[in-house]
Order: sequence, then C-alpha cells, then structure tokens
Amino acid sequence: MKIAIASGKGGTGKTTVACNFSKFLQQRFHDNSFKGVALIDLDVEEPNSSIFIAPKAERIEKIFKKIPEWKEENCTFCNKCVASCRFNALAMLPSLIMRFPELCHSCFVCEAVCPHQAIKMMPYEIGKISTSSEDNFLFIESKLNIGEVAAPALIKQSKDYVEKEVPSNYWKIFDCPPGTSCSMIEAVKSADMVLLVTESTPFGLNDLQLAVKTLRLLKLPFAVIINKYDSSYPELDKYLEKENIPVFGRIPIRQEIAIAYSAGNLINEVYPEINKIWENSYSRIKEMRNERDCNTIR
Amino acid sequence: MKILFTSKSQGMDALLDPHFGRAKGFILYDTDEKSDKWIENTENLNAAHGAGIQAAQKVIEQNPDAIITGSVGPKASAVLSKTNIKIYLTREKQLSEILAEFTDGKLELL
Amino acid sequence: MKEIVILSGKGGSGKTSLATSFAALGKEKILLADYDVDAADMHILLEAKHYKEEKFYSGFEAVINQEKCIQCGNCKILCQFDAIEEKDNRFYINPIDCEGCGYCEMVCPEKAIKMKDAEVGNFYVSNTRFKNVLFHAKLNIGADNSGKLVSYVKKQAKKYAEEEKIDYLLSDGPPGVGCPAISSVTGANYVVIVTETSLSGFSDMKRLHELVNNFKIPCGCIINKADLNLKVKEEILEYLEKNDISLLGEIPYNKSFPESIRQLKTVNEYDKNMAVLIKNIWEKIYKTNL
Repeated sequence: MKIAIASGKGGTGKTTVACNFSKFLQQRFHDNSFKGVALIDLDVEEPNSSIFIAPKAERIEKIFKKIPEWKEENCTFCNKCVASCRFNALAMLPSLIMRFPELCHSCFVCEAVCPHQAIKMMPYEIGKISTSSEDNFLFIESKLNIGEVAAPALIKQSKDYVEKEVPSNYWKIFDCPPGTSCSMIEAVKSADMVLLVTESTPFGLNDLQLAVKTLRLLKLPFAVIINKYDSSYPELDKYLEKENIPVFGRIPIRQEIAIAYSAGNLINEVYPEINKIWENSYSRIKEMRNERDCNTIR
Repeated sequence: MKILFTSKSQGMDALLDPHFGRAKGFILYDTDEKSDKWIENTENLNAAHGAGIQAAQKVIEQNPDAIITGSVGPKASAVLSKTNIKIYLTREKQLSEILAEFTDGKLELL
Repeated sequence: MKEIVILSGKGGSGKTSLATSFAALGKEKILLADYDVDAADMHILLEAKHYKEEKFYSGFEAVINQEKCIQCGNCKILCQFDAIEEKDNRFYINPIDCEGCGYCEMVCPEKAIKMKDAEVGNFYVSNTRFKNVLFHAKLNIGADNSGKLVSYVKKQAKKYAEEEKIDYLLSDGPPGVGCPAISSVTGANYVVIVTETSLSGFSDMKRLHELVNNFKIPCGCIINKADLNLKVKEEILEYLEKNDISLLGEIPYNKSFPESIRQLKTVNEYDKNMAVLIKNIWEKIYKTNL
C-alpha cells in the first residue's frame, strides 16, 4: 500500500503527518509479523523527516541521472548535438563542446543525433538515498546534492529504489514536496492514494483547491487531513463537503503539539488523542483499498 | 579590433542593453573600418534557461576581441571564459559614448 | 530602485503574512511582486484585481497528428519520460509528462509529430486595496517550475518600477531553495529571511542562507514564533551573529497570524500590538535600504 502525503501549501504539516502516522502504523503492525512500514522522505530539496525519526543511516546510495559525455576524438564539430538540444545544455566553441549538467533533462536526443558516436550519455550524481531500519520500520531519505536542480529525476529514481528494496507487504508512506508542480506530481504519481494536509485558513483552502485539481487530473484517489484546525473557518469544511472529499481527521492547534514539533519530537505521545485520527485513517484507507480492488475485479 | 556591444537597437547611437543573454541584439564595431554591424538576438529572448549560452555561442561566431555589456550571467560567463575574449561591464548609455570611454581606457575589465 | 525579497525556506513561517503587512504600510511607495508562481497567495489578502493578463510560454510540447500517424509505436519506445500512451491502437502524448525534448518528432517516420510552444501559465498585473500594484503569475498544473516565470515577473516588475519611478520593489519569494528561489534572489538588493523557532525551520533557514550567501546579497532575519522554543531561538541568534545577518525583529508565537488571514485582513490591520512590532521591523528594512 503506497500512500503519498502532499499539500498545496507549504508548512501545513505534511512531515508531521507522515512521521507520526508511520510511527503509529509501526506500533499497530507490531503484533502482525507479516507487516511493516517504510517512511520515505521525497522532499528532496529540504528533507526534514530525519529530524523527527532520528535514524542511524546504515546505507547510503548515490543516485545518478544521465548527461552527455563528449568524446573529443570522434567529434567533427558538426554542431548537430547542440542544435538538437532544446534545453541549451550543450554549447559549441571553436575547440570544445561544453555541457551544462544542471540544464540537461536526460532526453538522449544528442546521443541519438550524433553521427560519429562523439556523445554518450553517462551517469552524473545528483543526490543520495540513505536507508536505516529498526524492527519493522524502514526510513529512507532522499536528498538532492547542493546546487543540483533535478528534483523530479531524483524523486523518480527514489521510487524505483523503494520498489526494489522495500518488502512488498510493507505500507509505504511518502512525504512529498509541497506545491503542485513537476516535483510534487512525480512524487504522488504512482501512489495508491494521497492524503492531502491542509489548514484552516484561506491560503490553506486556496492551495488545497489547486492540489485537488492536480490529483483529479492524475486520477488519484485522495482524502484530507486538516491540521491546525479551527472551527472559525467554516469555508474549508463547506468546500470539502460540497466536493465530497473524505476528511480523515481534524488536528487542533495545541501548544503541546507546536512545542513537540519545534523540538523535533514526535507528537503521538504528547497528544495521545491523535492516535484516534491515525486509527481512523488506517481503517478508511483499508476501506478505500478494498473498494478499489472490488471495482477492479468487476 | 572588433568590439561587440549588447544593444537595444541598431546604430552606434543606440543604448546599451544591460543584460547579455537576453539582449535584443548585438552591434559588432570594427575600430579599423569604423563600421558597425547589427546582429539579432531575439530568438534567445524566448529560451527557457540557457539564453545566455546561446547568446555566447552566437557572439563567439563573430570573433570579437572584446565584449561590452551591463552584466553577464554565470552560464554565459562559463562559455565566454573558454575563449580569449575580454569582457567589459558598464552602465546603460549610448554606445558611441561607451566607445569613447573604452578608447580612453576607462572601462572596467571583468 | 531597490528590490527587497522575502524568503523563508520553510513553508508556514509567516512570509506571506509579513509581506502583505509591509504592503499595507508601504502603500503606493512600493511595488509588489509574488514569486510563488506554483501556489500564489498574496493576491487573496490584497484583494488584487488584475488589469493585465498574459499567457506565458516556456519550452515545448509534442503533438501527434492522428491522421498522419501510422501507429508504428517508435515514439513510445524511445520516449525517456513515458509520456506517450497507447489506447485503442492510437498514440497520445500526455502533456503532464512531456518534457518537450523533441525526440519523438525526430524519430517519427511519417513526420506526424510536431513540437509547439508550450503554454505553461499566466502572468498578471493587478491593483491592490493598498494602492500598490502587484505583479504575479500562476503556473499551470504540472508545469516545469524552472524559475523562468519568476524571472519574467521580476523583469516586468522592475521595468514598471523604473518607468513609474517607484523606489522599492517588495517581493514575496517562493518556498524552498530550488530554481524558483534562485530566480527570486537574482539581482535583489536585500533579502529578508523569515524563520521560526523549530528545528525544521532552522535547518531550512541555514540552507536558504547558504544560497543567498552565494549571491553575496546582504540579508536580515525576522524570527517568527520566537518564544515557541527558546533553545532553538538561541541557536538561531548565534547563527545570525556568526554570519553577520542583522536581526530585524522577533515576533512571539500568536494566534493573530492565522486569525487575521481567516478574516482576510493583514496582521497589522487585525492586531494593534502586532502592528507596532511589524511597523518597527518595516522601518528597519526601509532604513537599511535607503
């Protein structure tokens, strides 16, 4: 089961939900020797889950994208590679072909177009994935190297890594980047369902509407968790009701939650009522999955 | 010698276009012949990242000895640094005025 | 003309709340820009009404001419982004996944694929209820947030500021430290970093400062939710001192920030005490950039 935690607006509580829900699931599955949880931080520009999970990184793997390598001895300076690149990642000078790795989208057109095998796509490091495990809990953090901009490429490969390395009977919780642009879409794309985290403000609602539009375009099932919930903003509840969007829980503003968060602590123990929301989310997700499986069989 | 200016329009009375990569065009001035040639750069104005890279390549083709502009972005700089072309930076003024300052050695080399 | 950019790295630190409060104080003396083109919010509190709207194009997208297509499937095999789907023996390009590289156009034996300019968003110029003009934009869903639209908003705003002889451009930056943040900082005269006293906030603030430092732009810091975690606050203050970042102000953890937004008011309109605090901070920013 793959659940992506996303939001339109930054700062609504994606990481809070991802970390605390996954820790709840770890406890929940403890008696069931067949299941485990993997928490995967895909907010590759600024992954923060490790602040709350405090892992001991057991394994670090480098992640690469492909960029063109220039084989000077074969080059006739015909300029075909430069002319074919729509991203300006190549430049031709009197005696050299220059590459701009940060602009390269790894489309392979330059390699395909070169008549003399002077361009070959080769690996170029863009980030690192660190993995740590304890009991039935796997923590995977994906981080872009400083100065690199290929977030979607790193996110895509991180998901491939998860497919390979995480046992199939583990529930996988993905902490996604904020917003609705290419990074978020790459992160949520192959999830079974998405949990959108919003807040009781006009900014939260505005950005939630963008996220809902995005998920509907991607045809992904989703539900909402309202964080920093305040009943004095009924517009949010009205919108969710009108759009028939399931709400799995409303987390109130509580001093103890804010303080725990600020100190990098999990909140399940300082605010135990939250476990009811996690329990509810867990049942509702199973319900949605069973429904989907029934629909597929039909 | 050949001097290349980034320019907002044609002729030596035109104003300097302050940013290299997305300049409207270039004027290649030949100090021996005292002639100027206009080179369009409009196709680069629409480029996503890398307008500077394309502009740099275009400029290198003209084989100038020096480039005078307002500012050059890091990618264009990276390309130009692979050549021997000298880059001078100045403020937005008429090209004829800048040429005089250059001749008097008043311009700052990048 | 000086550009002041407000950034935070971490979302939810109060950047937009503060930017709109400054807009209320600066009025027609300042021009505004919103560089969060992915999920823009400034216009909501400012009641922005646009008088100019433009489509924005960046990059390309592939289009298949079904009449010429012979369904050979070459394009689908070679596309590195899995952007071509086959349905009922016809091939379609998914615009969300297409990166506009042109590989498919190149390999199509029937020349049935053409690359066209991709419309990726809209650019707006609006009047706000505080008598300032706001330059902003909205990216389409899934569009490449490469920072190009941010650069365009910035360029248009600066041009207007020069033409109308407005001395200050106040820009609300995007979250994160990627391309959009880099584009917002380029050419700015001063950066205001808004942070909060949480470990996540401090961590993101450091990453942001590293970015800003590369551009050698002077910056100041506002510590929001300052009394939430005193230990983290001390660490932040130490960091500011060590890195020569001026402390512009400290704002206590309070309900006025979310409550004022709920009522569609700026923080200083809603809370008199906050108004004094924010005015002091604004005056510091203003004086530093005279």
